Amino acid sequence: MTQLALVIDLNVCVGCHACVTSCKQWNTSGAAGPLMDDNPYGKDPTGTFFNRVQTYEVGEFPDTETVHLPKSCLHCEEPPCVPVCPTGASYKRAEDGIVLVDYDKCIGCKYCAWACPYGAREIDEKQKVMKKCTLCVDRIYDQSLPEADRKPACVLACPTSARLFGDVHDPESEVSRAIGENGGYPLMPEWGTQPANHYLPRRKTRIKFHEDELTRVDNPLKKDGRLPRTDPDAPFLEDSVSW
Amino acid sequence: MHPAFSVIFLTTLIGAGQGLFLALVTAEAFSHMGALASQEHRFYGNGSLLSLGLLIAGLIASFFHLGHPERAWRSAAMWRTSWLSREVIALPAFMAVVFIYGLLHYLEWNPKVFGSAALPETNLTLMVGIVGIVLCFTLFICTGMIYACLKFLQEWHTPLTPVNYTLLGMSSGFTLATAFATQYSLALTGLFGTWAIILTFAALLTRTASLLRNQRIKYHSTLRTAIGVRHNNIQQKSQGSMGGSFNTREYFHGMSTVFFKSVKWIFLLLVFPLPLLLLGMGLSNGASGLLVLAFAVQYAGLIAERWFFFAQANHPQNLYYQTI
Repeated sequence: MTQLALVIDLNVCVGCHACVTSCKQWNTSGAAGPLMDDNPYGKDPTGTFFNRVQTYEVGEFPDTETVHLPKSCLHCEEPPCVPVCPTGASYKRAEDGIVLVDYDKCIGCKYCAWACPYGAREIDEKQKVMKKCTLCVDRIYDQSLPEADRKPACVLACPTSARLFGDVHDPESEVSRAIGENGGYPLMPEWGTQPANHYLPRRKTRIKFHEDELTRVDNPLKKDGRLPRTDPDAPFLEDSVSW
Repeated sequence: MHPAFSVIFLTTLIGAGQGLFLALVTAEAFSHMGALASQEHRFYGNGSLLSLGLLIAGLIASFFHLGHPERAWRSAAMWRTSWLSREVIALPAFMAVVFIYGLLHYLEWNPKVFGSAALPETNLTLMVGIVGIVLCFTLFICTGMIYACLKFLQEWHTPLTPVNYTLLGMSSGFTLATAFATQYSLALTGLFGTWAIILTFAALLTRTASLLRNQRIKYHSTLRTAIGVRHNNIQQKSQGSMGGSFNTREYFHGMSTVFFKSVKWIFLLLVFPLPLLLLGMGLSNGASGLLVLAFAVQYAGLIAERWFFFAQANHPQNLYYQTI
């Protein structure tokens, strides 16, 4: 069975918010109507986003590291938001594992948002329905787009290619390999939600120098200086050997 | 969590309405068994009307919680999985039974349903009342389980949540019944008053138990599991937007710690000792004003209690929204 998901490489993410803006642009222009923006240029701007990048500092100065964490709906394999929905507006698609909201059935009770430990769902305060990342379901199957463009907007926008998209149930897929080979992990595994989206950890690239690499073993007498000049009149090897 | 007044009024109003209905059926069962003088039908009819009024008021309040109230009928669909859906079915079903119970009493239509030498005689209104009791407790459980079933809201994820909803609702309903019965009979007032005191004490025990439990909660989710970095010193530096969002409004109560803590002591005072005192005084000198005041004070306290119930719950998503 297919489970589409994102794999986000925290080692590569630079926190530029390109995924946030491209997500907003794509999803505010879709058939489902705009994503709410209230007072965008005023004092207290607010709005609905499917994707947000949060920044953390790990460690104590000067040994600190900045971690940018892009977070959208994780399309859990056991989504806690789906069974609590009283109308059935929230559902998980059997064919590709995407968790979606039927905006025509949603009554805006916000119970699913309470039931999501990740805060991935945000209500659209103008349309009064719950919204969340759709994994660009209106894009990834669009036959009118070139095949290379049939990916979520955030994946295409990422300038560092920190976001991978694919089927995490297919062991041969790029995302499954990335998870398996680079220690991909889910967020808040303690709740048994089994998020489909995975994160690749920060990785240090270090060069290991061995002691013998720092000392010149081709100079056993430890004599520094110019190599001895050879006598210009002495015969070369070519002079005495007939090839 | 951000306490929504629509839900606060919904849960407190239907709780009192449910408790009042339980009191009425208790009185009918007692008088049926001969432990209490039989009451005029108008008492049960008016009581049911009052109970129904509270339930309708609660239902109206709940609609203010919805973004699309016109689609509310859809919410009965997922009763197999959703406690909210179950509540949506249980509430109108219970209201219908309260309506029928009151109507039968107003019409004074109370034929014998069954009864023989072997079986005790049972009348129609009592049968309807018993069905109402079953639905009433179903509704209490549904209301409580809406909150108790969310396992990562650890303050709510305890059997004490539905128990508290049940006992606090019954307590306020019986206090209301005590005040209501003063117009009819002293014996009824005594019966309801005694139960109101017992139930208030029981609710005090279980609510205190949940407060003590929540004081020593160890949260399963930390910033470490939230972002998956194993380090003891992680600080959020940015939440991705300068303005607020749904996530910063819905999951935080937005009040000062002093306010939050004082609400706890206010509700502990208003829900338990003050109504108990007023009930005791009202029952001893038969003053209906004191009993009405007892209900008013307890109801005001329950609004504070419910506010605190919501505000106390700490949602794990808040880990992602520690700083702007």
